[in-house]
Amino acid sequence: MPAAAPTITYLDYAATAPLRPEVAAAMAAVHASADGPLGNPTGSHPPAQRARRLLEEARDEVAAFMGRDPAVIVFTSGGTEAANLAVLGVVEVALHKQGEAVVVSSAVEHPAVRESARAAELAGADIRELPVDAAGVIDTDALARALSSRTTVVALMAANNETGVVQPVADVVDAVRSRAPQAFVFSDAVQAAPWLDLAAVAGGADMVSLSAHKLGGPVGVGALAVDQRVVLGPRQHGGGQERERRSGTQDVAGAVGLATALRLVSGDRRAAAARVATLRDRLADGLVGRVEGVHRTVPPGVDVLPGHLHVCVAGVDREELLVALGREGICVSGGSSCASGALEPSHVLAAMGVDPGLAAGALRFTLGTGTTDADVDRALSVVSGAVAALRRIV
Amino acid sequence: MRVLVAMSGGVDSSVAAALLVEQGHEVTGATLKLWGGPSDSGCCSVADVEDARRVAQQLGIEHHVFNLTDEFDRAVVTPYVDAHAAGRTPNPCIECNRTMKFDLLLDRADRLGFDRLATGHHARVTGATSGLWRLRRGADADKDQSYVLSMLGQGALARVLFPVGEMTKDEVRAHAARLGLRTAGKPDSQDVCFVGSTEGRHGFLSQRMALHRAEVVDVAGRPAGAVEAVELVTVGQRRGMGHGADGKRRYVTHVDVPSRRVTVGSAEDILRASVVLGASSLCWVDVPLASGARAVAQVSAHGRPVSCTVEREHPGEGAGVVVHFDTPQRPVAPGQTVALYDLAEPDAVVGAGIAA
Repeated sequence: MPAAAPTITYLDYAATAPLRPEVAAAMAAVHASADGPLGNPTGSHPPAQRARRLLEEARDEVAAFMGRDPAVIVFTSGGTEAANLAVLGVVEVALHKQGEAVVVSSAVEHPAVRESARAAELAGADIRELPVDAAGVIDTDALARALSSRTTVVALMAANNETGVVQPVADVVDAVRSRAPQAFVFSDAVQAAPWLDLAAVAGGADMVSLSAHKLGGPVGVGALAVDQRVVLGPRQHGGGQERERRSGTQDVAGAVGLATALRLVSGDRRAAAARVATLRDRLADGLVGRVEGVHRTVPPGVDVLPGHLHVCVAGVDREELLVALGREGICVSGGSSCASGALEPSHVLAAMGVDPGLAAGALRFTLGTGTTDADVDRALSVVSGAVAALRRIV
Repeated sequence: MRVLVAMSGGVDSSVAAALLVEQGHEVTGATLKLWGGPSDSGCCSVADVEDARRVAQQLGIEHHVFNLTDEFDRAVVTPYVDAHAAGRTPNPCIECNRTMKFDLLLDRADRLGFDRLATGHHARVTGATSGLWRLRRGADADKDQSYVLSMLGQGALARVLFPVGEMTKDEVRAHAARLGLRTAGKPDSQDVCFVGSTEGRHGFLSQRMALHRAEVVDVAGRPAGAVEAVELVTVGQRRGMGHGADGKRRYVTHVDVPSRRVTVGSAEDILRASVVLGASSLCWVDVPLASGARAVAQVSAHGRPVSCTVEREHPGEGAGVVVHFDTPQRPVAPGQTVALYDLAEPDAVVGAGIAA
């Protein structure tokens, strides 16, 4: 007899946020219009005009959220495509025009950025990856020293997906403007977008990315803001959509979904952040207090996104812990997976100097707008039981 | 019972999982990621994980992938390389069973509250009349895998299930086809899972260790050629040794890695009356065979079983076991496993050891 499905306690918002009902409704309405089918935005008849209008209204919303002009917003298929476009789109042009390109990034970037940098290296670019301190924060001075007149693009995430640690993007922008004024700054704001004011945090960056499904929007759509000074070559060629920066028929319903999600986030961000931080802190205190050997990975006093709680559980294998927690419906994450779906050792924790033995017990809880006190209570109860059971000598 | 099934993506483990679900157990599937390197040999690849996952989905069971690449490298791959450097011929699949599947994974299954660990091996476990667990050959003699499981003791045998052990390979495939499992027609993986078929053993090892040329001499010491990599030559080997001046086929009678010398002789020259199994390698399903006991020995995965007498190597501490073959046999290379079966019940394993 297969076991009955457990009640779900979802604490994995950083992996994907549950689709918000308002978003689902807005997207359904896009298709179910009395005005006829949704056309292709590149067209002249009424259905195409309607599609175009919806797309541009969505673009306006995204631009407002990011504090930028709608003309700089490029819709993509998500955060990964946005990162690839930002890094490789700029590198390709530099290699072509100058015969060289230099990418400067941090050691804790998301695989979408790291692998894009690696691909840039294979294409002939030089890569400089800068270390972070034990808190996972980049050393701005070290980064400044790595800048030169050859630097093409500097990639620094606004906040880390594993730990939630916030990076000093504004400081780095200042350093780049004074030491490498020709270079472009790209900030992956995929994790930061639900929680931070992007205009304030990454307003000076030349390129900023976001992903709808981390915000309660649909999977399959994201955006890259590309300041008009950026010289970018497209990664996807075709009909010239998105002002030649990203060809392909735009996902109008997806863009509407993204815009709706952003509107919901803006409407409530500060209050939601405060509420979620309180829940997260109660979870953190409870885990450290009730479960022996639980260490908060990020030292106190470091700026972390309100929903993120990253811990290392001593003496327990995180793969086993994830199976045990999943059985009770507690949904959290152990880190990045490889192509086969197996967990990989975290490059972020390695860059922070976390002991590999401790890193083997790494767990990431990410709370969100739908998280309740009951969720925290249940998580505390289940985690302590699971850890005790797994530590039992066999 | 709560059963964890190790699913490789092959048809045997797919059907093992299916049978357990049919029997009403609470089943969870797991695929082990053991090797992170390039491998096209059909086991452990991403495609295999996908196959296992899809079969699990077809069966309505949960599926997990466990990353054991570090442990596998330590316990199986590194010893494999070291053994070759020392002139031994290891069996990494047996080491994987010993250290990964029936040790590490079994412990993990216990910690996670599973009652049993199941695999798709063609073998059987029965409870003997005296209350002991016995490991027996699978129903399909051609596919019997008791040899690679011959190191399992009572502790492990009590906690494992081999659901396809009573079936022939044809029956397994037919069952998979009936259920519409996508792995029904998938060919069996043949080679060591971490050695790709294009690079081969030579390619794999040459990237990890120095391989040395060696001279080949005949039993009288006369030069008889050379080999490119002495570490890849196995005693008893026919391949690459050509023919003697007398026109007879040549076989390797002795390999001396430090001296870089391979000795070759005729088919008669390589026959051995016995093989010594190292003390530290000995495993017994229950009690050790008494010195002088009769048994049946199998020296390779699908080798012909031969009757023998086993004897303590010497009376002192740390004595291994000498297996005296009734009829002289081709040599068992150091590092190879010899599985011992009960003479009275030749499908029942009594123990195993590794040729010293």
